[in-house]
Amino acid sequence: MASSSTKTIQDLTQRDYKYGFVTDIEAETVPRGLNEDIIRAISEKKGEPEFMLEWRLKAYRNWLTMKEPTWANVHYPPIDYQNIIYYSAPKVKKQVGSLDEVDPELLKTYEKLGIPLGEQQRLAGVAVDAVFDSVSVATTFKEKLKELGIIFCSFSEAVLEHPDLVRQYLGSVVPYNDNFFAALNSAVFSDGSFAYIPKGVRCPMELSTYFRINAADTGQFERTLIVADEGAYVSYLEGCTAPMRDTNQLHAAVVELVALKNATVKYSTVQNWYPGDKQGKGGIFNFVTKRGKCLGENSKITWTQVETGSAITWKYPSCILQGDNSIGEFYSVAVANNYQQADTGTKMIHIGRNTRSTIISKGISAGHGQNTYRGMVKILKGARGARNYSQCDSLLMSSTCGAHTFPYIEVKNSTARLEHEASTSKIGEDQLFYCRQRGIKPEDAVNMIVSGFCKEVFRELPMEFAVEAQKLLGVSLEGSVG
Amino acid sequence: MLQIRNLHARAGDKEILRGIDLDLKAGEVHAIMGPNGSGKSTLANVLAGRESVEVTKGQVLYLGRDLLAMPPEERAWEGLFLAFQYPVEIPGVSTLYLLKAGLNAIRKHRGLPEVDAIEFLALIKEKMKLVDIDQSFLSRAVNEGFSGGEKKRNEVLQMAVLDPKLAILDETDSGLDIDALRVVANGVNGLRSKERSMLVITHYQRLLNYVVPDRVHVLYNGRIVRSGDKDLALALEKKGYAWIEQEARGMAAGAPPSA
Repeated sequence: MASSSTKTIQDLTQRDYKYGFVTDIEAETVPRGLNEDIIRAISEKKGEPEFMLEWRLKAYRNWLTMKEPTWANVHYPPIDYQNIIYYSAPKVKKQVGSLDEVDPELLKTYEKLGIPLGEQQRLAGVAVDAVFDSVSVATTFKEKLKELGIIFCSFSEAVLEHPDLVRQYLGSVVPYNDNFFAALNSAVFSDGSFAYIPKGVRCPMELSTYFRINAADTGQFERTLIVADEGAYVSYLEGCTAPMRDTNQLHAAVVELVALKNATVKYSTVQNWYPGDKQGKGGIFNFVTKRGKCLGENSKITWTQVETGSAITWKYPSCILQGDNSIGEFYSVAVANNYQQADTGTKMIHIGRNTRSTIISKGISAGHGQNTYRGMVKILKGARGARNYSQCDSLLMSSTCGAHTFPYIEVKNSTARLEHEASTSKIGEDQLFYCRQRGIKPEDAVNMIVSGFCKEVFRELPMEFAVEAQKLLGVSLEGSVG
Repeated sequence: MLQIRNLHARAGDKEILRGIDLDLKAGEVHAIMGPNGSGKSTLANVLAGRESVEVTKGQVLYLGRDLLAMPPEERAWEGLFLAFQYPVEIPGVSTLYLLKAGLNAIRKHRGLPEVDAIEFLALIKEKMKLVDIDQSFLSRAVNEGFSGGEKKRNEVLQMAVLDPKLAILDETDSGLDIDALRVVANGVNGLRSKERSMLVITHYQRLLNYVVPDRVHVLYNGRIVRSGDKDLALALEKKGYAWIEQEARGMAAGAPPSA
């Protein structure tokens, strides 16, 4: 009798990864390994202008001099960067103009994932730039956005169609030599999304991208750049699932956000990549550099993330608060179950006057998972009246998991005000029993308790995304009380 | 309704219940009294199915079924309700949400359609009158930042909404001032019916001035050492538990346990 709740919990946490399947599509790839020829080949395949190739090569040469970072609280076997295929694209005969021309296999995959690509998404009001492996295959709603002067397209297309914008902003937030993984990405990035919202335009719909890693052993190097011009507003959604794989897959994406005067950018992520099996075998290595710059005064950038997947997550969506009165926000739920390791957090760099930042981090650890919050709040000399509020809560669901918090604070202006709150709690048998006594099944009860714990973050997500995130959380760890 | 036979239970290494026998019929209200550590709360927890308490011997029949074989949620579906002595806090989960989920799980089990948000709100507002609770209460997280009195009222409110057949009230009167006690007692009395049985666990007699029991049992050292009508509670109040202790010691020396 005493073990029945433990058993349910085990059943639930050992549920198989729901999205593990491989789509059978002929992929066009470059040979394994990395050298200048490979980079030239990638650039050529994409028909890029010279400046792009130069930038890639600069990044590559820099990368060669850099060392993989070891400061994160994660452990993994060495990555052989010469054993990775750096480019893979589904073979398409010609340019895709409409959904009818898209490989039906691809569409089936999306269906399995429940991505409403096609007519349904028109109803849902979501424009999806779907990245399948490395090349965008379908972009919808483009016309409607075009009317407003909004550019939302694949990165490759932006390089060709809007080279001036790309040139102006690419690397302006995350330079090509920023860190080891960002440099690697800058050298080999295959595709990603680009959005530009012109002056004074409020983007009427959530822009959304679904990433999906498919071809075996293909590193994914996405590059996303979002620019909100003066007074513009945009909310961007990023959601991911990946098929089941036995070998580790590297993912090193870069996301750059730029908000000019009075502009607002909201960037929301639900990340559900393959976390590896119950023994910790396989799974995605997610080494991502995400950063936003509040360039103009009164600008605002909000990062909201729900990280449930990946074997290893190394990710610090940050804000550079350069404009006076600018605002940075970071809302995060990170889950580490089984043998997952998450080292995630944010950096808030206050440069301008009266800049404000808020950090709400909810870490959930279950099984043997290790969850680390690493955050930095930096107030520079000129940031008069800067304010920060940080709250880091950890929820433990087993006696074998771990939660760690590393907050760094650096203040160079005496008028700054900072608050930091932290808590660690264990899902209690008491809470679980209370819910069950009210007639709620243990799996639903844990769902409820965890959702309650994450509420402050979920309410920052767009509605439909919040529902998805909540479900995902349920699948990833319902009832991991041990 | 409820038949308890020779029930033994322990928490950890400690044997706490040492042979409880009890019969509770439909519509009856029984009070369980006893000094601290006599096993009152353990009995409540065993009946509700808390897993940290292990039943080592005995049987409990509830509506003719083996209660101990059911997981806690199934007991709830079958109409058993426990008003907790120390209701837990569940941050971020509103009382409204918890209760609606509970009620619908119970209704689903009974083959009834689920109530939607609007119906539920109407229902709960009706029940709130019973315990004199402010409406802001519903959107607050379960028991978070509630005063002792609010927590207990919340328990009675939940009982009213879930409409149980057997309600176990575990020291619902403890920590209440006289006004709050009256509110809680009125709520409980409002829920008395021919179909509903109640097991009222209390340390003090004062609750029983308001909620008048059909039977009173005195629990001491894991056994029911004395049963009687409401006057037993009054006698106990007058003489104190020392009286029972003495008597129980005498009993234990004279007659070995029948099991």
